[in-house]
Amino acid sequence: MTDAAISSAPEVKGRSLFQLAVMRFRRNRPAMAGSVMLVLIACFSFFGPFFISHGYDQVFSSYVTIPPSLEPRPGEDTLEDAMKGVATRARVELQSFTVEGEAFTAVITAKDPIDPRATRYFDRANEFDKTEVAATEDEGRRLTLKGVVDREYFLFGTDTNGRDLMARVMLGGQISIAVGLLASLVSLGIGVTYGAISGYMGGRIDNVMMRFVEILYSLPFVFLVVVLVVFFGRSFILIFLVIGAVEWLDMARIVRGQTLSLKRREFIGAAEALGLTDWQIIRRHVIPNTIGPVVIFVTVIVPKVILLESFLSFLGLGVQAPLTSWGSLIAEGANNIQSAPWLLVFPAIFFVVTLFSLNFVGDGLRDAFDPKDR
Amino acid sequence: MEPILAARGLTVSFTTPDGDVHAVKGIDLDVRLGETLAVVGESGSGKSQTMMGIMGLLASNGRVSGSAKYRGQEMVGLPPKALNEIRGAKITMIFQEPMTSLDPLYPVGKQIAEVIAHHRGGSQREARPRVLELLKLVGIPDPERRIDSYPHEMSGGQRQRVMIAMALANEPDILIADEPTTALDVTIQAQILKLLRDLQKRFDMAIVLITHDLGIVRHFAERVVVMRHGAVVEQGATADIFGNPQADYTRMLIEAEPHGRKAAPADDAPIILEGRNVVVDYKIDGGFLKARASTFRAVDNVSISLREGQTIGIVGESGSGKSTLGRALLRLIASEGVYRFGKTDISSLDRSGMRPLRRSMQVVFQDPYGSLSPRQTVGEIITEGLYVHEPQLSRTERDKRAIEALTEVGLDPAARNRYPHEFSGGQRQRIAIARAMILKPQAVILDEPTSALDRSVQGQVIELLRDLQSRHGLSYVFISHDLSVVRAMSDYVVVMKDGRIVEEGSTDAIFSAPKADYTKALIGAAYNIGP
Repeated sequence: MTDAAISSAPEVKGRSLFQLAVMRFRRNRPAMAGSVMLVLIACFSFFGPFFISHGYDQVFSSYVTIPPSLEPRPGEDTLEDAMKGVATRARVELQSFTVEGEAFTAVITAKDPIDPRATRYFDRANEFDKTEVAATEDEGRRLTLKGVVDREYFLFGTDTNGRDLMARVMLGGQISIAVGLLASLVSLGIGVTYGAISGYMGGRIDNVMMRFVEILYSLPFVFLVVVLVVFFGRSFILIFLVIGAVEWLDMARIVRGQTLSLKRREFIGAAEALGLTDWQIIRRHVIPNTIGPVVIFVTVIVPKVILLESFLSFLGLGVQAPLTSWGSLIAEGANNIQSAPWLLVFPAIFFVVTLFSLNFVGDGLRDAFDPKDR
Repeated sequence: MEPILAARGLTVSFTTPDGDVHAVKGIDLDVRLGETLAVVGESGSGKSQTMMGIMGLLASNGRVSGSAKYRGQEMVGLPPKALNEIRGAKITMIFQEPMTSLDPLYPVGKQIAEVIAHHRGGSQREARPRVLELLKLVGIPDPERRIDSYPHEMSGGQRQRVMIAMALANEPDILIADEPTTALDVTIQAQILKLLRDLQKRFDMAIVLITHDLGIVRHFAERVVVMRHGAVVEQGATADIFGNPQADYTRMLIEAEPHGRKAAPADDAPIILEGRNVVVDYKIDGGFLKARASTFRAVDNVSISLREGQTIGIVGESGSGKSTLGRALLRLIASEGVYRFGKTDISSLDRSGMRPLRRSMQVVFQDPYGSLSPRQTVGEIITEGLYVHEPQLSRTERDKRAIEALTEVGLDPAARNRYPHEFSGGQRQRIAIARAMILKPQAVILDEPTSALDRSVQGQVIELLRDLQSRHGLSYVFISHDLSVVRAMSDYVVVMKDGRIVEEGSTDAIFSAPKADYTKALIGAAYNIGP
């Protein structure tokens, strides 16, 4: 009676389970905040380098290990000292030094006539630029130099080699996020296919396939990485592959478990009765229906992979200087925690915020895909 | 007589993302001491939510308002602690699923003792004699041993008895039974209902029976409340409701009992599907260290032959091997025996050998929620067979066939772009039927196609199946535990028990003059077989 056979709903397009999940996800505030945070961090890492003038490998020898500051470097009070230092290196004496806005005027003297090329010493210092000889007196023994003060901003400070930490954090973010996503995709691809085949085929095939997974489980991870690095040489791509090749094991197990329960569902029986081949059933029915737990698990894998990558970098098997990742930045910061705490603080903030956001997103996805759980 | 539980203007609503859903819209309800009140309605009528609302057991997004007084004590809005004084002690409940309403991690005795200890004080050890007494009371054999059994060691019927023992532990005034027998076989159902009736007399308690099965209501209840869309349609004494229903809806419900008969095909109709000496063994894995695996014989030497245009009804309780037999006939599981489709011997065909024949022999399953993949649109689901058997069809041709198939099963063709979860159970079953029919099969195995549906929807699905049969000359094997449906659908009946055929014959012969004791017990236990 209530089922009057013909539904007169005007809408022709239905809402799929996935669309419903997206709707539920949008209403979940922490999860949405997490997604926004992730997008911001990704934008910062990938587009940030276009907006700052410092390269990640650019060394500022004058600014080694300086703390973060909103003030430009060099500060007014240190300029004179810096100039004195430069003068000493150029083996001249500084008579006077004045700064007006961006421009500086310095008067130097020496016992012998000064080679005008001495301005190079001034340009070489990070603080000064475009130094020119404005006036020559006393047969070249007294020069008036003019130039501009090169003011640099180091919002995050610099590291022990004098590289801008902000540029380093951006690069680290690029690599960590890329490794996280790509390695997760590798593990997703292998794990889902392997797990679905193993679970659906069952019996002896399942036995053999899962025993193989267990053998891989028992291999020490570092050993595996070392072996692969020895065989294929050290490369960036290898890191994705190595991590992906280890992480797919969990994914395969999860998908296999899902498949085992899906296999007993009647729509699989109906598909068999329709004459679909095994592969068609796996592709059309099994894999799409495992998507919920799989998507949730990916949000767990991504932070795990980022951590693994930092572990590898820490061992010296991951990305190599001058490239860096959040993990290696944190390791570096941890070594200097007393002398330069900002080296630890900034990468750690980004890392922690990313992991938190991923966790909130994962929670949100779980609730969205499986609302009955709550 | 003074009611012991009186609900006035009771409403239950749920907050959902798509706005509030009003499940119960202000109903009045009285339960009197010692009576059996049946609350009848289809799924979604709010009959369960009414009781859950009174008991304060709604899901977290549910709200209840209005008034429900137990012996003058207002229950709506009572804090949980005060509510617990009443529920579990004075008003108790048993649920539909005996499989899931017991905690699998504790022995049943402990679970009953917990209820007693909680409400009466004392330790669980002190409650043990009382637990034994209760188990004896609900007819659990060998209670001294069973008290320490875990739920998984018991059958469905026994578990339901344990649930009843738990509900009776504190001698309640009111027992709310929410579809207590729906998940049980007919013979067990009869035993449980008899037990409830005996216990009711003994303790002089009121039973509120929530059910959709009018057969049970007619035999069991004194008063009936008919609910629909969260409102009471009609209430009165059972005899009045059945004898002289006032509301159209009540009349419709009563008439929805499956009726009609199917005429047998001509005797010389050719055999379309045949299985001789069918044997199906399930291997029970012995585990890693046990070398020898044991086998369980699900179907034991059964022969069956389906003629063109015939409907064979296979009847039996759960575990009788009737579904397994259906799958064996379709060659979906490994089995022994000689199988024939038309004139072709299909006994030795493997999966790829069977594939071309699949389109001629189809299957419709029981569970309309489980038999459709939740991630495909209805269009994708029903055209899946075409994708295998007529891969040359273009997208538009497939779409055209989908429209035809949907129209044939009485659904709006626009449904093909929507997803299964947007449809009701009956509509989903129609989709499952469309999926089988789009290939224009000759023989269809119907595996409990109506068991998960409401009575009135059941009637419509049966109509549809009969209509399709006469239009396309289909042959059916109709598997069901519901005798009234089998009688309306089939012209030949096979009764199965423990993998063997107990009795077979024409429908009329089986129902009017059953020979085997088991058949007699089955028919006797079925309340809904009218005269």
